[in-house]
Amino acid sequence: MVSHFAFDVAHMLAGLIVLASLTMLYQDRLTALINVLAGQSLLLAASVAWQGHLQGSAELYLTAALALGFKAIAIPWALRALVIRLGLHREIETVAGIGPTMLAGMGLIALSMEVMLPVTDAVDPVARQDIALALSVVLIGLLIMVTRRNAASQVVGFLSIDNGISLAATGARGMPLVVEISVAFSVLVACIVIGIFLFRIRERFDTVDLGALDASRGERAR
Amino acid sequence: MIGLALVLLTPLLAAAVLAGLADYRASARVNIVASAIAFAGALLLLAHRPAPGRFLLVDDLNVVFIVLGTFVATTTSVFSAGYIGHELETGHLTPGYLRFYHAMFQLMMFGMNLALLANDIGVMWVAVELATLSTVVMVGIYRTPAALEAAWKYFILGSVGIALALFGTILVYLAARPEVGEGLRAMEWTVLLRHARGFDHRLLDVAFIFLLLGYGTKVGLAPMHAWLPDAHAEGPTPISAVLSGLLLNVALYALLRFKLLLAACPGAIAPGPLMVTLGLVSVIFAAFMLYRRRDIKRLFAYSSIEHMGIIVFSFGMGGPLGNFAGLLQMTMHSLTKSAIFFSVGHVAQVKGTQRIEAIGGLTETHPLLGWALLAGVAAIAGLPPFGVFTAEFLVLSSTFARQPALAVVLGIGLLVAFGALLARGTQLAFGAPRGPAGPVRASWWPIAAHLGLVLVAGIWLPGPLVAWFRHVAALLG
Repeated sequence: MVSHFAFDVAHMLAGLIVLASLTMLYQDRLTALINVLAGQSLLLAASVAWQGHLQGSAELYLTAALALGFKAIAIPWALRALVIRLGLHREIETVAGIGPTMLAGMGLIALSMEVMLPVTDAVDPVARQDIALALSVVLIGLLIMVTRRNAASQVVGFLSIDNGISLAATGARGMPLVVEISVAFSVLVACIVIGIFLFRIRERFDTVDLGALDASRGERAR
Repeated sequence: MIGLALVLLTPLLAAAVLAGLADYRASARVNIVASAIAFAGALLLLAHRPAPGRFLLVDDLNVVFIVLGTFVATTTSVFSAGYIGHELETGHLTPGYLRFYHAMFQLMMFGMNLALLANDIGVMWVAVELATLSTVVMVGIYRTPAALEAAWKYFILGSVGIALALFGTILVYLAARPEVGEGLRAMEWTVLLRHARGFDHRLLDVAFIFLLLGYGTKVGLAPMHAWLPDAHAEGPTPISAVLSGLLLNVALYALLRFKLLLAACPGAIAPGPLMVTLGLVSVIFAAFMLYRRRDIKRLFAYSSIEHMGIIVFSFGMGGPLGNFAGLLQMTMHSLTKSAIFFSVGHVAQVKGTQRIEAIGGLTETHPLLGWALLAGVAAIAGLPPFGVFTAEFLVLSSTFARQPALAVVLGIGLLVAFGALLARGTQLAFGAPRGPAGPVRASWWPIAAHLGLVLVAGIWLPGPLVAWFRHVAALLG
């Protein structure tokens, strides 16, 4: 069985990840939102590495390294560059009132405890806590996506859902394919980032000079 | 083994070749040949099934989906060859994008075939994600603001759906672990099914909710359907045909597999009522939405939601007859809907628009195309003698015998949809000709093959096919 200390550390890291999710709910600047996301990913990397230590699994260390490099450093950096390039960093996003959103967030945490804890009493305690907390991260991520209008903040919400799922996957002892799945998810995430890029650039292109666009199209068709 | 290799490796190799092939005529041909080889491989699998391996599994259930999928992909690639020539001439697409388009088409085929053949719930999930991603980029290929918006919506909703499905997959693993042991074996379908008796049914219950919401988003069930009409309307028409004809079925297949798993575990919730509810909501919702459509591709996209609703309803009712009707309805819908999209693609190219009010009198200006479209609409609306009628009749009559109240609700939905489809169909086909009446260079045989099969199935279902479907229906419980 896992020692008390090991369990407490795992529990604390997972709890901090949920706290980061709650913090995201009330950020009204995109850059701040991205910073919190980077912090959450960093906590996730630490949590995965701790699980790797507990389970003695090399695969999990690899997953932790991926989370650190990709989710905590590369993607937030790319998102920040994108936001600054598009001039979104000065905008203040209207977020639905902090009070109600936070209450909804806490309600979601309570809901996921209520749903997951009773059905997982046969699972080992670390995985049990991780799964319940992971579900609340997933649900709060959905809440972020629903309450935001901006494409970039939607991506941040989606990335935090992804963090929640990684937390659940690593809590499940010996879950195979964890590495492969995180790679697949990272590719997905990269595509999303490219997606917004194209989305926004295209929007600009259209407003900048429609005539030039038509001309180049006609030329290429010939 | 040869069958497996043909079905899986051909699309992968073809995708690599097509990514480097500049001449669009050659790549259209390679696309057709590769799809046909995969279809041949599927037929080989039908004749001879290799024993289930660690990662791949061929059984009676997924062979239905694979044969149907590779067939529709082959006909679609033939249609696509003619379609893209026109898109190139009108400047909607450039050769560079076409190269990308063909490579993505085969990559999507690889993803779908892998999802259907996977013996591992993790591999299946990754494959569905691959198929989703490759269709997302194809939906956005025209790069108009509307197309990019549609691709974005599809991307976000599809990704959230698939994330929920992954959470459900993890929960299934957690439920299986105490019984099966750690590692890869706890994700194998064959192992899971054999040991399902001892799983913790409470965990499976919660897992199924996530899987139903997740994969249900990809099936296009009503509260989660928002991506579907946009993705169908704004992408190239061959992609609309494969989305409706194939991708929705793949997600449905995933749901059916997990339903089997729950059925094998005593004490777990019955998935039937949940599926019946979602199916009915989809049918009723889509039926009323059909009346307000102004875009011809959106019209048939909503009709796809309606039909997926009927299919999920029928599988939810279950039993030998319900499952049989669901399988038949799924096959007929795939064939009919892709035939409709083939004709719609030609119509939209001739008229230069997708707005229904700008299209009319097709039977006068383009008799063959007009009548083909009308036949497709009649078939999808559920008129005899087409196969969709047989399937819908089976769904309704088997439901009447067990739950008359549900049958009445379903019947109302079917009638409402019938009215909308027929009204729009006659508006497109008859009356004074509207819009340009230029010549049409259509590829006829895909449309003819699909509608012909649907017609034959409506008049006479071959004995071996009935026996095969009956066997699969019994398997589904």
